[in-house]
Amino acid sequence: MNETTSDILFLAFGAFGILVALTFLGEVLRARQPLDTANPVLETYITRVHSWWGMVAFIGLALLTGKVGVMLLFAFASFAALREFLTLTTKAQADHLSLALAFFVVLPLQYIFIAMEWDGLYSIFIPVYAFLLLPIVSAMRGDANRYLIRVAETQWGLMIAVFCVSHVPALMNLDIGGDRDRAVLLVAFLVMVVQLGDLLEYFFGRRIGKTRIAKGLSPKTWEGLAYGVISAALIGALLSWITPFGVVGAMAMAATASLVGMFGNLVFAAIKRDRGVKDWSHLIPGQGGFVDQLDSVVFAAPIFYHLTRYFWTG
Amino acid sequence: MKYLRRRAADLVGHCIRLFARFITAVRADWQGIEPVPRQRVYFANHSSNADMPMIWSVLPPALRREVRPVAAADYWLKTPLRAFIGPEVFKCVLIDRRPEVNDKPMDKIVAALDEGSSLIIFPEGGRNMTDDPILPFKAGLFNMGVARPDVDLVPTWVANLTSIMPKGEVIPLPLICTVTFGAPIHVKDGESKNDFLRRAEHALVALKPELNG
Repeated sequence: MNETTSDILFLAFGAFGILVALTFLGEVLRARQPLDTANPVLETYITRVHSWWGMVAFIGLALLTGKVGVMLLFAFASFAALREFLTLTTKAQADHLSLALAFFVVLPLQYIFIAMEWDGLYSIFIPVYAFLLLPIVSAMRGDANRYLIRVAETQWGLMIAVFCVSHVPALMNLDIGGDRDRAVLLVAFLVMVVQLGDLLEYFFGRRIGKTRIAKGLSPKTWEGLAYGVISAALIGALLSWITPFGVVGAMAMAATASLVGMFGNLVFAAIKRDRGVKDWSHLIPGQGGFVDQLDSVVFAAPIFYHLTRYFWTG
Repeated sequence: MKYLRRRAADLVGHCIRLFARFITAVRADWQGIEPVPRQRVYFANHSSNADMPMIWSVLPPALRREVRPVAAADYWLKTPLRAFIGPEVFKCVLIDRRPEVNDKPMDKIVAALDEGSSLIIFPEGGRNMTDDPILPFKAGLFNMGVARPDVDLVPTWVANLTSIMPKGEVIPLPLICTVTFGAPIHVKDGESKNDFLRRAEHALVALKPELNG
């Protein structure tokens, strides 16, 4: 067993330990419930913990299989996220071909370019080529009704669900010095600090939150945000041994990723409110869709990628 | 041979459901009924040939075993493959639409109900190609409701299929499809055919989600 594999196993067991504690807590609370009374908050919490088990198992297995596993997992996540996103956007029959191209050509190509480590192309493929070429396909069908809204919303979907999501596995391409396969641990670092930061932001926001960040849009508060980001920085420090950042660098990177992720969450709340939906879909029991689950990681991924690339690659 | 055909039909059914799940993540929304075994007629909007397989795919196994879609014989007997899938995979009740045939569709439907089957029907009588949510219903639903008044008539809205597979397109788009089941209706005592059909149309359209119908 090499060092990377043992580190992944160590992280996975750590995550399982946290999940065992969370599951145990849920079951104790449930046992203390008087019979015949339902507690919806508790039931939601228990369903959530169940889905987290699945997610940790999936991501852990993907990390252990290395590059191929992580690529496949995130390519599927992109597909599911794009499906959720484009279900809610404005479209007409004139867009049928360009939407089919988005799903069946743009998405696979983006992941192929990442597998080829062709960073000059995967950084601009969707923002430049898809942005310019797909509207041509839509325009050729001659339907100008709500044209700008249609192409703009499709491009937004591609940017979030394919471009941003694909920057998580793209972290594996970064040459961070030392053993090449350690880059896979950056994926674990990003996902863990952002997800745990979100969880603690929610917890502190409920406990001590007072000042709403965006009234009428999201229950997020400045207090919750501040404590969430500080917690993420501390978790980053604890996990700094899997990164090339050093303790201070890891704290800064974790805080940045977590902060961007929380604001990303706010952006997605605004989109959902605009479309009048509570969740993106019902794919994951108890947690809505893929986008609901991954929104902050997705938002943070390209920024995390470029900061790492700028400061820590040779 | 018969056994092999049965197993092949099960296998094809599995593949159809997997494909529906993969492409559209098809999901049931049980608004007005519970997914429990009960004799029902699911009446649905019809905008695409994929409507019936979608409803069939979201039904839980115990309900799916008892359900028979009512479908056009000219469509399902056209090729040997369809003649296998329609009658054997979906167990369709096939209705001959040709005018020269003297075969009463309602007799076949009532016979299927008397065997204890539930049915899936599309009371618009054909695919809706207009911008209106539905076309006026044909009388069949009323006749069933009068002939077998105990059976629940369940409005069933299939959302999004027009965007997934518009007429004339070849590639299906992987968008999320939701099948919504509403509260059952019955023909009331003394209710006229037209009153009932209008009420059934309203019950169905009321299930249409605000967005992306």
